Amino acid sequence: MTRNQSSRRLRFFGRIAHATGLFLVALVICLPGAWIILNSLRPTVEIMAKPAIWIPKSLTLDAYTAMFSSVGHGGVPVWDYFRNSLIISITSTAIAIAIGISGGFAFARYRFRGKSALFLGLMLTRTVPGIALSLPLFILFARLDIIDTHFALIVAYVALNVPFTIWLIDGFFRQVPKDLAEAAQIDGCTRWQAFWQVEFPLAGPGVASAAIFAFLTSWNEFALASQLTRSVNSKTLPVGLLDYTSEFTIDWRGMCALAVVMIAPALALTFIIQKRLVSGLTFGAVKG
Amino acid sequence: MATVTLEKLVKRYGPVEAVRAIDLEIFDGEFVALVGPSGCGKSTTLRMIAGLEEISGGFVRIGDEVVNDLPPRARNISMVFQSYALYPHMSVRENMAFSLKIAKRPQEEIVRRVAEASDILHLNELLDRRPSQLSGGQRQRVAMGRAIVRKPEVFLFDEPLSNLDAKLRTQMRTEIKRLHARVPSTVIYVTHDQVEAMTLADRIVIMRDGHIEQVGTPDEVFHTPATRFVAGFIGSPAMNLVEATVLDGKVQFAGGDFLPLPDKFKNAVSAGQRIVFGMRPDDVHPTGHGLPSAAGEQAAQRELRVSVTEPLGNETLVFAPFGGVEWIARMLNPIPLEPGRAVRMTFDLAKAHLFAAEGGHAIARA
Repeated sequence: MTRNQSSRRLRFFGRIAHATGLFLVALVICLPGAWIILNSLRPTVEIMAKPAIWIPKSLTLDAYTAMFSSVGHGGVPVWDYFRNSLIISITSTAIAIAIGISGGFAFARYRFRGKSALFLGLMLTRTVPGIALSLPLFILFARLDIIDTHFALIVAYVALNVPFTIWLIDGFFRQVPKDLAEAAQIDGCTRWQAFWQVEFPLAGPGVASAAIFAFLTSWNEFALASQLTRSVNSKTLPVGLLDYTSEFTIDWRGMCALAVVMIAPALALTFIIQKRLVSGLTFGAVKG
Repeated sequence: MATVTLEKLVKRYGPVEAVRAIDLEIFDGEFVALVGPSGCGKSTTLRMIAGLEEISGGFVRIGDEVVNDLPPRARNISMVFQSYALYPHMSVRENMAFSLKIAKRPQEEIVRRVAEASDILHLNELLDRRPSQLSGGQRQRVAMGRAIVRKPEVFLFDEPLSNLDAKLRTQMRTEIKRLHARVPSTVIYVTHDQVEAMTLADRIVIMRDGHIEQVGTPDEVFHTPATRFVAGFIGSPAMNLVEATVLDGKVQFAGGDFLPLPDKFKNAVSAGQRIVFGMRPDDVHPTGHGLPSAAGEQAAQRELRVSVTEPLGNETLVFAPFGGVEWIARMLNPIPLEPGRAVRMTFDLAKAHLFAAEGGHAIARA
């Protein structure tokens, strides 16, 4: 066998090994999601069976119909929770992004006293585990009498997300050359116009990723929400999952069904934004 | 078109003065090149004219108006950046139309003016491409197109060719020259490349350490450099500059070598004066291999040992030590010369330059 042949054979096996490896990793990542969807469609007996039943015997949508039926018939106030989640996540994301754009731009473009200390401080806030904040926040919010309101969660989530959005958006603004804004100003723009016409569209992908991240954080957050909400006034979907636990039983099927309802819009949103995000990514105007 | 006047223009960064009170008048329709080594303040000066850099002192006038505190958009200028600074998210057409769109010009005017500019710069096939799909030279042309679409009073160029390879640079240089002939306009062109400055400009401003060393036509700065710095900066290869002392009718170099004192400087220097002797490579040559006009008035000949040669085909640069430094001589109708060989060189003393050892200003012939 010539060296050329053996090297070709080696490359062939290498490619197979590569594909197998990728498949295994993808499997590990996808399995929990698939398991949740599967479990939402079959009875608890089968879910709890040992050894696990991989191929379901029958699939029903009972859990979903029960969930949307009235309270008392196994229903939970899904629409209320959904509405709360939506209001809280969208509002807090919008605010966090607005602050993130301003802050990120300031960090990327301006020099001011204490800049690096401030930046480090923002990053340090991310080292504090969210759960550690729950008791102080609870006491504070109780004093302010804003427990069980949308406002409380929005404030908490904005605080949680802002350091990250600033950091991420800062990185994207740094990649937009200063020359572009200067060229725009010479072309007749005010500083404000130069920002919206040139710098913002170019940092758009960064803003979109920050938005996805902030939205998902708020959408999925459980620890703080479980402390700061009480009723259908403000309970979000993750907290709503707890409705399926009672004193002696846990309705795994119902819980999985609600989880699917929770995942679906988040997944859809991410897909939509990501599509736009990639199509806008045509850099390369500066130098060669 | 408009004149641009700089009056005692200063730029300070904290305690550092980047531009030190320069005065300059640029006439209507003139092509002026600011040239100098990096850090000499030429780009800063340009950016102050553009309004991208705050002015620490003095005045910038465009036309009759002081524009110190006007924002860039109100100065009616165009600028071509070193990085081109094309908007990556817009097509070539949108890039060129951007300024007109911002100014809310009517659609048909925008279309017409973009078409005019793209005709001049041969961009018609590229109008729908994105900047990322263009080559360096094409991007450069788009950047110029974006500048001319505005029909500004003044064009500013900030080292526009330094990102291009040598061949393309020569090509674009010609194109800029042709453009200036076709679109009459006041141009301020910053470059560190003296060849670009010489070939393009009506007048050259040579800057160093934040001040102006000399302002003059390419001819003036080449033939009568005002300072030692200008002499060394303009011309390629650079002028031979050797420290020397004037001794009764001689220019005495280190190591015992000397040349006769050029006649034209007889009354300008006194014995014992420390000077810098300057002579362009064109004015030193292996005897019999110089310009026909050379060595007419006053010449000297010396035997020099060749250390290196650089053959360029039509001529050869000959390096040989003399008076303590390595001289460069230009040999026309070249013949092969091996290193180490002794060659008779003719020094065209009528073309010599003298500079004061202190301060470096040129010593006028008297």
